[in-house]
Amino acid sequence: MRSGTLTLIGRRLLQAAPAVMGIIVVTFVLTRALPGDPAVFFAGPTADAQSIAQIRKSLGLDKSWPEQFWIYLRDLARGDLGKAVSTGQPVLHELATRLPASLELTLLGLLFAAAAAIPLGVLAATRPGSWVDHLCRLLVTAGVSLPTFFTGLFLVYIFYFLLGAAPAPLGRLHIALVEPARVTGFFLIDSLLARDFEVFRSALAQLALPASTLGIFALAPLARMTRAAMLGVLSSDFIRTARAGGLTSWTVLWVYAFRNAMLPVLTTLGMVFSFLLGANVLVEKVFAWPGIGSFALEALVASDYAAVQGFVLAMALMYVALNLVIDVLYTLIDPRVGVEG
Amino acid sequence: MGRHWRHLRYVMGENPITLFAFSLFFGLVLVAIFGPGLAPYDPLASDAANTLKPPSGAHLFGTDDLGRDVFSRVVVSTRLDLAISVAAVSLSFAFGSLAGGCAGYFGGAVDRMVGRFVDTIMAFPLFVLAMGIVSALGNTVENIVYATAIINFPFYARVARAEASARRGAGYIEAARLSGNGHGRILLFHLGPNILPPMMVQISLNMGYAILNAAGLSFIGLGVRPPAAEWGIMVAEGAKFIVSGEWWLAIFPGAALMLAVLCFNLLGDGLRDLFDPRTRT
Repeated sequence: MRSGTLTLIGRRLLQAAPAVMGIIVVTFVLTRALPGDPAVFFAGPTADAQSIAQIRKSLGLDKSWPEQFWIYLRDLARGDLGKAVSTGQPVLHELATRLPASLELTLLGLLFAAAAAIPLGVLAATRPGSWVDHLCRLLVTAGVSLPTFFTGLFLVYIFYFLLGAAPAPLGRLHIALVEPARVTGFFLIDSLLARDFEVFRSALAQLALPASTLGIFALAPLARMTRAAMLGVLSSDFIRTARAGGLTSWTVLWVYAFRNAMLPVLTTLGMVFSFLLGANVLVEKVFAWPGIGSFALEALVASDYAAVQGFVLAMALMYVALNLVIDVLYTLIDPRVGVEG
Repeated sequence: MGRHWRHLRYVMGENPITLFAFSLFFGLVLVAIFGPGLAPYDPLASDAANTLKPPSGAHLFGTDDLGRDVFSRVVVSTRLDLAISVAAVSLSFAFGSLAGGCAGYFGGAVDRMVGRFVDTIMAFPLFVLAMGIVSALGNTVENIVYATAIINFPFYARVARAEASARRGAGYIEAARLSGNGHGRILLFHLGPNILPPMMVQISLNMGYAILNAAGLSFIGLGVRPPAAEWGIMVAEGAKFIVSGEWWLAIFPGAALMLAVLCFNLLGDGLRDLFDPRTRT
């Protein structure tokens, strides 16, 4: 790897710093923007003036805003996001145990979307006006208009109630099965590691519908971008040259055009992730999926404040990290990025 | 004006889908205005003798677990759903074009400040940020509107900034300045009308997303409270009956939601063709 690339990656990491700072400031403001007096809220309905004052002191709410912000930063640095009221566990612990469930679902959904959207977009671009192109346009328009929770329920009705092909939309495994020994937290991987194929099959069956729901949602922007990027690249000069040079259409399409067209698609992936992380919450509710989304929903219903803000912070940091990975990948794939720097 | 009308008719004739979207849009607006008058039953009246009845002549979309007429509830919801998203989009449009317009026109420190603000919002997964905002401000319909407005603000600010910055050096802006107009006047009366068309396209493309977002928030139990009729909450209430086969509770409000979003998305594409024929696909 050239040292130039490393410098560039380092610079990208530095560029993420203001975003992280912004996220921390926003979550801090959100925690302090509670309607009414947070101390009264945390003390509960039966509290008297003395216990409210005590809670105010213990929460640090009697201090000035800059001081409170400093304490907030210090707690964050120690990984202290407060305790979840509903379970009594630290929020960080709750998020960490539930994260693999959400990640497994989101990544599988994305994989499904990419596997369907990219070939579809490429085919649509190579045959403009054909039935594939029309199918692509139809799917793209329908995909962005479908509310995720509606798609999920629709799939449940068709595949669980009518066809009986899918298991009941209740969690990650059939109730009779035991979770595989926790290595990665991804049931698909853990069950394979434990050579427990029954668990693997059950986990895959439970994942199929929620992952397709997310996939259908992510398919539209990816297919649209692939088609547009591919159309743009195919009409450029270097493709004409490659064709004129007598290369096979396969080489021209997949080696020359595809790699160039993937760059804008990779950029779109960041936006798609933003939508997916949001849609994840809705899908987890529909399928009773025990991920961080349903944890946040339980917390929302119980007005469990620290838990919701911890969830927002964790999601935002994860999104920044994902964008960073995409940026780094971009730098590695596209040699031109290094030249201008 | 006649030229625009001819262009409109040309685009409509060329693209029946846009015509369909426009008709759907007018249909939605009519239902939103006259909704309560069109509904055959009281959307809140329960009927213990007629619970969970499948769609029939008497109840077009069936009845729910309290015997309420699903069709009436879907029709009446239109006004609330459109009102939430129109209010949110108007707020983002007003503040977004003001902030973005100033950023593009003045440049420098204003530009950097607006840019930083927009970047901070965009650093969050948007729906998650909306959840956080509603939980912090309180669980009411107004806060759903504010949250939706905040997460859509970046889209308007970015378009307005790009358009204003491309035009700040244009001849007519210089001329306006030379003839003694102040910055506010130039922004409002010279730059404003010129950046309006791309902003209109942005509005209709964004409207669908705003509806989806607001319905998503009420689906997870934020904002609109039962027994109020709203598409998102109706789907949420109907969700538990899907596994036992009572599909009409969730599917009809969901389909109405989908139709509304589809309408605005198609309309956005159509408007883009109308204003900017170069990007036509």
